[in-house]
Amino acid sequence: MEKNIRCIVAKPGLDGHDRGAKVISRGLRDAGLEVIYTGLHQTADDIVESVVQEDPDVLLLSILSGAHTILFPEIMKKFKEEGINDVLILGGGIIPDEDIAKMKEVGISEIFGPGTKIQEIVDYIKSHLKR
Amino acid sequence: MTSTEKNRGNLEIIKKEKERWTNEIVKKSLERVPERKRVFKNLSNININSLYTPDDIKNMDYIKDLGFPGEYPYTRAAQPTSYRARFWTMRQFAGLGDAKETNQRFKYLIANGQTGLSVAFHLPTIYGYESSSPMSSGEVGKEGVAIDTLTDMEQLFDGIDLSKISTSMTINAPASILLCMYLAVGEKQGVPMEKLTGTIQNDILKEYQAQKSYIFPPEPSMRLIVDTIEFCTKNVPKWNTISISGYHIREAGSTAVQELAFTLANGLAYVEAGIERGLNVDEFAPRLSHFFNSHNNFFEEIAKYRAARRIWAKHLREDYGAKDPKSWRLRFHTQTAGVSLTAKEPYNNVIRVTLQALAAVLGGTQSLHTNSFDEALALPSEEAVRIALRTQQIIAEESGAADVIDPLGGSYYVEALTNKMEEECEKYFAKIKKMGKGSILKGSIVGVKNNFYQREIANASYQFQRELEAKEQIQVGVNKYIFEGKVIEPPELIKISDEVSKEQIKNLNDVKAQRDEALAQKCLEKIKEIAQGTENLIPYILDAVKAYCSVGEIIGVLRKIFTVYREESIF
Amino acid sequence: MESSIKSSKIDLDIYNLIEKMRKGDRRAVARLITKVENGGPEVSKQIIKEIYPETGKSFIIGITGSPGSGKSTLTNQIASEYLKKGLKISIIAVDPTSPFSGGALLGDRIRMKSNFTNKNLFIRSMANRGKLGGLAMATKEAIHIFDAYGSDIIIVETVGVGQSEIDIFKSAHTTLVIMPPGMGDEIQAIKAGITEITDIFVVNKMDRNEADKRVNELETMLDIAENIVVDQKNHNIRIIKSNKWRPPVIKTNAISGENVPELIELIESHREFSKTTGLKNKKLAYRYKHYVVDIIQYFQNKDIERLIFSNPKINEFIDQILSYKTGSDPYSISEMILELFSKRYFS
Repeated sequence: MEKNIRCIVAKPGLDGHDRGAKVISRGLRDAGLEVIYTGLHQTADDIVESVVQEDPDVLLLSILSGAHTILFPEIMKKFKEEGINDVLILGGGIIPDEDIAKMKEVGISEIFGPGTKIQEIVDYIKSHLKR
Repeated sequence: MTSTEKNRGNLEIIKKEKERWTNEIVKKSLERVPERKRVFKNLSNININSLYTPDDIKNMDYIKDLGFPGEYPYTRAAQPTSYRARFWTMRQFAGLGDAKETNQRFKYLIANGQTGLSVAFHLPTIYGYESSSPMSSGEVGKEGVAIDTLTDMEQLFDGIDLSKISTSMTINAPASILLCMYLAVGEKQGVPMEKLTGTIQNDILKEYQAQKSYIFPPEPSMRLIVDTIEFCTKNVPKWNTISISGYHIREAGSTAVQELAFTLANGLAYVEAGIERGLNVDEFAPRLSHFFNSHNNFFEEIAKYRAARRIWAKHLREDYGAKDPKSWRLRFHTQTAGVSLTAKEPYNNVIRVTLQALAAVLGGTQSLHTNSFDEALALPSEEAVRIALRTQQIIAEESGAADVIDPLGGSYYVEALTNKMEEECEKYFAKIKKMGKGSILKGSIVGVKNNFYQREIANASYQFQRELEAKEQIQVGVNKYIFEGKVIEPPELIKISDEVSKEQIKNLNDVKAQRDEALAQKCLEKIKEIAQGTENLIPYILDAVKAYCSVGEIIGVLRKIFTVYREESIF
Repeated sequence: MESSIKSSKIDLDIYNLIEKMRKGDRRAVARLITKVENGGPEVSKQIIKEIYPETGKSFIIGITGSPGSGKSTLTNQIASEYLKKGLKISIIAVDPTSPFSGGALLGDRIRMKSNFTNKNLFIRSMANRGKLGGLAMATKEAIHIFDAYGSDIIIVETVGVGQSEIDIFKSAHTTLVIMPPGMGDEIQAIKAGITEITDIFVVNKMDRNEADKRVNELETMLDIAENIVVDQKNHNIRIIKSNKWRPPVIKTNAISGENVPELIELIESHREFSKTTGLKNKKLAYRYKHYVVDIIQYFQNKDIERLIFSNPKINEFIDQILSYKTGSDPYSISEMILELFSKRYFS
């Protein structure tokens, strides 16, 4: 039996544009993944707490407001403090090219921009699981 | 032979001829070259025929269903002269960084021929948090302008004469507060309230349904809206008190029919709420305006706008007893579809925006925002914003599209599609009414709480994504005609420095240190007291704003009384 | 050949996790639950054997109700009330697995946001992974893990479809069934068995007009249920149900929290009732009887599989089948094998 992959889809920051996050959640479900959706306006603490309790294989962070420059590093810092290092962390939303490198530096494995196919994300997840 | 009999005879001939043409001519042609698709449908899943003839609109009555521009049922246009007298208002939504930076952007747009202002606020303002709140971390000045207190608002309109320009503000849960700030700025400029013109979005129903920037539960939110309507009816008569918005419903992934139906139903819900407060429908309905999306399917969008005018007019007159033609007349702002923009080959977006803008113009919009081509990448740059504005100016001045009123009226296809949109919209109305046991207002709130709208929209948006991935929907440059080479670099992208946040927080603290603290606290206490009763809150919010209470402080007080709404998530 | 159930080895990895859990490490708790979810009884066995003496202390509340009844929001409110008393709460929120893709969308956390970061609260979302009975075996094991972790209260929340209600009943001390008012005919759709498994009926969304009507319907149904003969299918449930507890019906508003303290009082009085009347022990006996059946079934199936696929004797039976003679059909041969099997295990 293939392992059930668990993922958390979280929306940090204040933007309410959850169409992408929801479409992805549903798409991942239809690709056979178990998706925990945590809703809007997640603080870094909320996200870390969810990851601690749910023990997912993957965390997908979606943000469209431009707050990623502050929030992504903040979240990653908290993961480091908790010693969480076996979760694959992905980002999505409107993130300019020049920021992508910086986001990868702090530990986001990949960034998926607008127009990404769900299958691309699924394929990426399946080939990059950390455990 | 009477003319009706003659028409009927003609229809018979056309029908027969069409049958012949289908069976002989078309069939032969299809044997050689079949159609590109098995089914042709628009973005509302409505099947589209290959050809439309008088037979498709045989039940249409010109006078009853179309009429004349500026007259009931307004299908052809809201104004009798439409664009032959005045072009639509070219109103580009703008807001970035702090008030000073946005003020400069406003002046740049005015200098380039823009005729109205439209303010985008940053998320902390939209959700009623101060820039210094931990919830605002990373968000200050990012998606719009940071406004905390009246001081920011004064800065925002510095050097702009509010008696000469109309301003639209995209703000919902805290709409009453921002309106009060605008009134206070007007007062300082010496412009009395009754002269100020503009719009606040103030449309909370669609926030629960789609955009998600609600704060309080639906009931207290509706009270704030009706308070605003009541206050403006008496004191700010030229102000549009709600901009009933389908834009966000569409951006959240709805179909065109859903956008049309949910928006108009929300509008009717506000009408019912006003009537319930004891207001005369003709006192406030003329100040309700609408805001639609313009998406990719050209004719579908045009039919949507035409149907919207007719549906609104009919319901206001027939169901709510409005007597003033201004109550029947639907006016709307349009924004081209942000969701249709692609990050790949961004210059292609200029063409998408042009077609969408043209649809809005042919549909008779009163004002228009054209998106900038770089918006799938970042906040729009100055150059991209100018091109977007130029797009409107070219349509207005060069294309001739604005010279005839409703030029597509009478097209068999457009009329048939307009009828179909109306029919589908009425089906949704019936569902909503049923949920509210005959009341659209109650049905809207029940629908929100039951996640009816959220589910409808989520299903449509997921279906679209599936179709996109299956290439049943095409995005040029994304899932077809993919270009691997190097594209021209777009102009430098705007980035809001994280310094803006520090500066904004410092300014906020300065304002608070300098204000009359006892007065500010007294005003907040008063709001707390009034919020627990039923008296109109707006005069007290106006006092608080003038005492330099922040948006975050006022919402903070209301949050305690009204509580905070949480939705169940629907995928 | 030794049956796999008998092995008592424990992986060092698992042992270390249990040790960490004993020190209160929340990530270790989470990882142990992942292990029972993914590893099946072979892994669960190691964990349960190690932690079992530390369990039996938690009070387990089952919450079920149809989608849209507001049960997640209510679960959050109940948890909030208990958190106020300084208790340690764990929630297992079970959602169905899609039968088409095998994936699942678990959206219960969102309704529990207000309590997210309270360290006394642990929320775990689980997909039922299509196992019969909604509440998968892994859920029962997760309950034991939360029990050993020292939870005062464990709430198991699951969508109320068919068999899962019975499953909650097997695992919970007190079972709440949540109903929204005015959803039409669904009360008729509820199987007669529902009154048998419910300890408290909750009519949520009491702000709606139809709430009182729904309360009346339930009371009427309870009146009838007290007099009817037991449904054959549910006879085993009836045996352990005390006649003295008539499920109370309470109205709540999960969004505003109205009547939630009163609901807690009802839960507590049922808890007291169960203890004093011996109902609790009956329920526990029932629970473990089923747990044991599940475990035996699992390992016996495995043994049978191994027997069929690796025992050379079986080939003789298969050859018989291939002869296409009277008495050599797959059913007759299976009966013969089963007979041999029973002799080995049960005589």
